[in-house]
Amino acid sequence: MEVYEADVVIVGAGGAGLRAAIAVAESDPALKIALVSKVYPMRSHTVAAEGGSAGVVQSHDSFEHHFNDTVSGGDWLCEQDVVDYFVAQCPEEMVQLEHWGCPWSRKPDGHVNVRAFGGMRIERTWFAADKTGFHMLHTLFQTSIKYPSIKRFDEYFCADLIVEDGRAQGVAVIEIASGEFTLIEAGAVIFATGGAGRVFRENTNGGIVTGDGMALAYRHGVPLRDMEFVQYHPTCMPGTGLLFTEACRGEGGFLLNKDGYRYLQDYGLGPAEPEPRNKAMELGPRDRLSQAFWHEQQKGRTIDGPQGAVVHLDLRHLGEKRLRERLPQIYELAEEFLGVDPALTPIPVRPAVHYTMGGILVDGRCASPLPGLYAAGECSSVGIHGANRLGSNSLAELCVFGKVAGLEAAAFAKSATRRDSATLLKQAQKVEQDARALLTRTDGTERIAQLRREMATTMESGCGIYRLADTMQAACDTLDELRQRFRNVGIQDKSSVWNNNWLLTIELGFQLDVAQAMACSALNRKESRGAHQRLDGFEQRDDEHFLKHSLAHYDGAGPPRIGYGDVKITHSRPAVRAYGAAGEKAEKLAKEAGNG
Amino acid sequence: MARTITMEVLRYRPEQDAGPVFQTYEVPFTDDMSVLQGLLHIKDELDETLSFRWSCRMAICGSCGMMINGKPALSCKTFLRDLAPGPVRIEALNHFPIERDLVVVMEDFIDKLERIQPYIIPKEPRTLEQGEYLQTPAQLEKYEQFSSCINCLLCYAACPQYGLNPDFVGPGALALLHRYNADSRDGGAAQRMELVAAEEGVFNCTAVGYCSEVCPKHVDPANAVNQNKTTAAADYFLGFLKPKGSRT
Repeated sequence: MEVYEADVVIVGAGGAGLRAAIAVAESDPALKIALVSKVYPMRSHTVAAEGGSAGVVQSHDSFEHHFNDTVSGGDWLCEQDVVDYFVAQCPEEMVQLEHWGCPWSRKPDGHVNVRAFGGMRIERTWFAADKTGFHMLHTLFQTSIKYPSIKRFDEYFCADLIVEDGRAQGVAVIEIASGEFTLIEAGAVIFATGGAGRVFRENTNGGIVTGDGMALAYRHGVPLRDMEFVQYHPTCMPGTGLLFTEACRGEGGFLLNKDGYRYLQDYGLGPAEPEPRNKAMELGPRDRLSQAFWHEQQKGRTIDGPQGAVVHLDLRHLGEKRLRERLPQIYELAEEFLGVDPALTPIPVRPAVHYTMGGILVDGRCASPLPGLYAAGECSSVGIHGANRLGSNSLAELCVFGKVAGLEAAAFAKSATRRDSATLLKQAQKVEQDARALLTRTDGTERIAQLRREMATTMESGCGIYRLADTMQAACDTLDELRQRFRNVGIQDKSSVWNNNWLLTIELGFQLDVAQAMACSALNRKESRGAHQRLDGFEQRDDEHFLKHSLAHYDGAGPPRIGYGDVKITHSRPAVRAYGAAGEKAEKLAKEAGNG
Repeated sequence: MARTITMEVLRYRPEQDAGPVFQTYEVPFTDDMSVLQGLLHIKDELDETLSFRWSCRMAICGSCGMMINGKPALSCKTFLRDLAPGPVRIEALNHFPIERDLVVVMEDFIDKLERIQPYIIPKEPRTLEQGEYLQTPAQLEKYEQFSSCINCLLCYAACPQYGLNPDFVGPGALALLHRYNADSRDGGAAQRMELVAAEEGVFNCTAVGYCSEVCPKHVDPANAVNQNKTTAAADYFLGFLKPKGSRT
């Protein structure tokens, strides 16, 4: 087996992984960085983010406003000290991207422009047309090429984390082109592997978003925090789940039911006004908008489409010129994929799974409880999203916490004691042996496509927009059964070169573990908060019992043990989460009472 | 019941195949299905051993470029309805070695991307405290289109010159090179000029323009290459007018 000695190994080369790599390289050019990705970095799913990235920039805005929007948007399940740090760092990170060449959209005077976004009180979303994630990712990737200390392992698949002496000390990776293993030893490991939305059927995520890092950390004893909180994005393409950015609504788009009525006014988000108003109507938070869709469907006021019920995203009044300028990708997606010209016809949309709020438990410095293991981005739970993420906070998170993870891991690696290479190699050989056993066995009868389909179906029915104890229980039971059947999986492809049948099988193992953590965490949370909404007697938020983070602990072949941890409240006491006119009234009252 | 379409897919498994061969699959399809969804149907239901790259499904990650009925295209935004009644012929991208099935070896492109210095070389250094560089919408427009390259390699598969001479830097990387040269924040054009004017640079291009035709993101690499031909030629002739040694 090949062995590569690094100071810091980073798994995942999307926004967070690349930002971490650059941070390590800039902090000390002598540190050797191994940047591992199962795809070429510019294929990472950051690429698909559309709308923008948050950072306070206008003079009538403040960090306090960004903090309040984020914490109330997260239904008070946020780590408030971490949110404080986050909002204060966002603008500098956005400027840093600007210096590295990100083509931010501009105002006529040459300053960076910002747009409105859901749940944000003041416009603070930096954007590059409607391809913000694409531009951020390519900017970071191309900038990373400047640093000779970053050694990329493109199209290397991380098979396992190597833990020795109670410390993360490297990873065992598979070169996809050859099927050969490499041990990458390192003083510190950063996971930046993205979310896990592909465990659901209809989702906005790329095929690679399979929760790899989450599952690996979890199997090595690191709890997964707040996994029941899965975000449904309200405006997605029926069937495929492809995303129509929230910026459609930030630019002034309407959501209409079958009667052409702006139904959101019936769900505490009104009044309906012709111009977009921040934190109201179509600019409400994603959880509320997806929930409103569900209710409209119950009332029979949605439209039947070939791929299920839809509502209409109406952009017609914005006109072709503005749409081409501000939302060019959306325009093309609607035209090419749906045959709809959005300047002339409303776009049919429905909610789809978009984002994993929970993830690998880390503190505000991105350190997990396992010494030497850091995590950043969607795979992590650093504590800023709580029970519901606000749009444009995740791209900013990649930069702010990618950098933190890089700096902290660099410092840890420098002080780490010498490694015992022989022991690490022995562990990596065991990883290889197990992975090869999966490949070479000939008696497996279960097919991965079938298991994956059953997983996705049960997650959709058990952990959807609204949840019931019996369907959640059914999801937990089904996942338990699927994990057992997975042990009898058979792989048709026995070759070494670019055998992604094999890698998809390993990924499915990751997905099943992560899905089970989600379903079991959901079943145990007997309240409704943010993206976790129940209809079985637990319709209200219950701060007395559940102002707590859930912690899913891996327990081998059985279901996870679910524990709870405290939420860090510094200066925003949990209050009623209100939007629209009600929200404005509540804000006014809170101000008078001196809170917020 | 759904209609079916015949997909003839190029297979090459270096460990067992002496050379590439076509394998035929009957795929049920609906009007909203892309070629990629057809391939995923094959992978899930008919043949787990078929390998191809894909991820985002929405024409932005650049993974799923392949030859579809002889033309370079993204499989995620090519629809089976437009290819009916078929058969549909799917092959790995032209001009690249096949790693396996529809997966090509793309290190050559990555090497080229690294050689063009695809990052801002600041004209005037600026600290973060000084805030952003000012850039008007008109200045942004000068390079924005070229920054939209998704590295999908369709232009390389379309370029006859790249097929003849793999040393040619090629349309995609040259478009990105031009993207940085044309950025008002950048002062690195002189450093990049050596590569532009080199033997493997812009003068390889015979202005066929097929690269721009197949580009799924309207980057128009042919335009970028042509602008650099003019610059490189001017640079060359100016070199004669200046005293020796003054060229940078």
